[in-house]
Amino acid sequence: MAKTLFDKIWDAHVVKDIDSTRQVVYIDRHFIHEVTSPQAFSGLRNRNIGLFRTNQTTATADHNVPTLNQHLPIKDPLSRSQVDALSQNCKEFGVELYQLGHELQGIVHVIGPELGITRPGMTIVCGDSHTSTHGAFGNIAFGIGTSQVEQVFASQCLILSKPKTMRITVNGDLQKGVTAKDVILYIISKLTAAGGTGYFVEYAGSTFDSMSMEERMTICNMSIEMGARGGMIAPDETTFKYIKGRKFAPKGEQYDQAIRYWSTLYTDADAVFDVEHSYEAADIGPMLTYGTNPGMGIQVSEHIPNASEYLDPKQLTKSLDYMGLQEGQLLEGQEIQHVFIGSCTNARIEDLRSVAKFVDGKQKADHVQVWIVPGSKQVEQQAKKEGLDKVFANAGFQLREPGCSACLGMNEDKVPAGDYCISTSNRNFEGRQGPGARTILASPLSAAAAAIEGKIVDVRKYLN
Amino acid sequence: MEAFTRFKSTAIPLPIENVDTDQIIPARFLKAITKEGFGDNLFRDWRYNRNNNEVPGFVLNNPKYGGKILVAGKNFGCGSSREHAAWAIDGYGIKVVISSFFADIFKGNALNNGLLPIQVSEDQLDMIFKAIEEDHQAQFEIDLEAQQFTICDNGTQIKFDIDNYKKECLLKGYDDIDYLLDLKEEIVAFENQRTIH
Repeated sequence: MAKTLFDKIWDAHVVKDIDSTRQVVYIDRHFIHEVTSPQAFSGLRNRNIGLFRTNQTTATADHNVPTLNQHLPIKDPLSRSQVDALSQNCKEFGVELYQLGHELQGIVHVIGPELGITRPGMTIVCGDSHTSTHGAFGNIAFGIGTSQVEQVFASQCLILSKPKTMRITVNGDLQKGVTAKDVILYIISKLTAAGGTGYFVEYAGSTFDSMSMEERMTICNMSIEMGARGGMIAPDETTFKYIKGRKFAPKGEQYDQAIRYWSTLYTDADAVFDVEHSYEAADIGPMLTYGTNPGMGIQVSEHIPNASEYLDPKQLTKSLDYMGLQEGQLLEGQEIQHVFIGSCTNARIEDLRSVAKFVDGKQKADHVQVWIVPGSKQVEQQAKKEGLDKVFANAGFQLREPGCSACLGMNEDKVPAGDYCISTSNRNFEGRQGPGARTILASPLSAAAAAIEGKIVDVRKYLN
Repeated sequence: MEAFTRFKSTAIPLPIENVDTDQIIPARFLKAITKEGFGDNLFRDWRYNRNNNEVPGFVLNNPKYGGKILVAGKNFGCGSSREHAAWAIDGYGIKVVISSFFADIFKGNALNNGLLPIQVSEDQLDMIFKAIEEDHQAQFEIDLEAQQFTICDNGTQIKFDIDNYKKECLLKGYDDIDYLLDLKEEIVAFENQRTIH
């Protein structure tokens, strides 16, 4: 029977059918971090058991770490205790940890791919909803709660109901200045913040085929923002080349063998999805959010909707009140005070390169504070090696140390109440970047342009 | 996990859609390493202003409303996977959340903590909101065994769906780990027969 890519991988991981709706599914790789793991380790201790498969677990500290002076003890006592708890737990249970200061530390969804741990055909989980990022390599990757973290610790399995499948096809070439981030914000704006709930998404079509792995990760990363548990893209030459030679990638004969298997991972021509959506790349412009969920997005050339034409007028009014914006308004020209370039969505070396290329020789606007938070130590080192740090310094941008940072404002990296921040992260929820902070989601390129101009601009006008 | 028993309670109305987990429990309160105490910061930034004073208009600060049932607009619990959201709601003393639509991860997290998410139709949700609006002391009865929710004032009964396995877990207070730990031999056998990785 013709199968989707999702079905092929899922079926290969079913240990047992419990009943008509539930299955025990084997998990190949478990990533953990300091925020959603301590209670799961406590659970193991209470049951007096260890990890079932320690060597399939990888830990890093990312959510709650400072992004300046990482060589010094963490100032905030609660943050320090949580990061210390991760170190102690990993030591006690024998889990490989890339702790703060380690040369391989970074945002969990950045380091997995960069170390070659993330590969096609796997099942991957982490106590973080943006685990969907890893799906860019053609695997099933999704976020789980802490109870499930404990389940995977204890058994390397989860009890799951198979989700429905959705295919989102985008064909054609993107306009200059339009990036992967714009594509996914466009899709979410069409499908809404709940449009993908209950589904696992496969992204297909020539637009994704021609994207780099970094761009594909940006796409899959935000699958959860339309409610989908995960997103995936079939592996191809681009995928294989990215993995080759990475620290934990299969080598020699094992690599060749892996490629033979990975090459079978695609959706069969006559496989059927529960839902299909299709878009044209040419219709997509630079995207911005104006509201308080990632589905509330428009192209830079479009006006914020009027309440009368909006599906849920009450939500629109509440969101615009919070954002200090008006219905019918254009975002172009809106002054911003902060620029955040970072997060598991857009903090890879390619993102930093695109920003550096745009700002080289330019200066940030005086009233704007610009933070660049690399996704990992390796990204930070690579950026320095390429001299991007000097470009940023000359432009007045601050290059900080790796972590989740102002994406979720768990550490001290917060946007003050009432201020606008154009952010390359993934969520514009109320208070996400700090109590009262107003987030406008955008691509690294649009964020870089806003940093220079001090206001929202159409980046296409600045490219030749 | 505590076994879920039949109960009657008043309900707290929160007629807002897309309530995300950053509203339920903001990230800055996720630094704890135990499951306790999150209830104090449930809906923190809607409940308290920046000077830590209560926001009078917010429903949790309105002495008229209370109870073990939270009734919310559609797509409740969207966003982050933080189980802290379920711990915060449970920690506040809520046992049931009613909405016309739940985000996936939140729903799973709730069930794993003995917090029952009940999905109803848009019309039923409106009816429940109306019943609370008309009488803030209105009683509702939750009977998980019968999969039934009753608006006591007028006797309206609403049937709800729940996966049989999860229903048993809630009624008995079991969790998935107990089941998986018993499965070790089968999991090892699965690992041994795999040819592809």
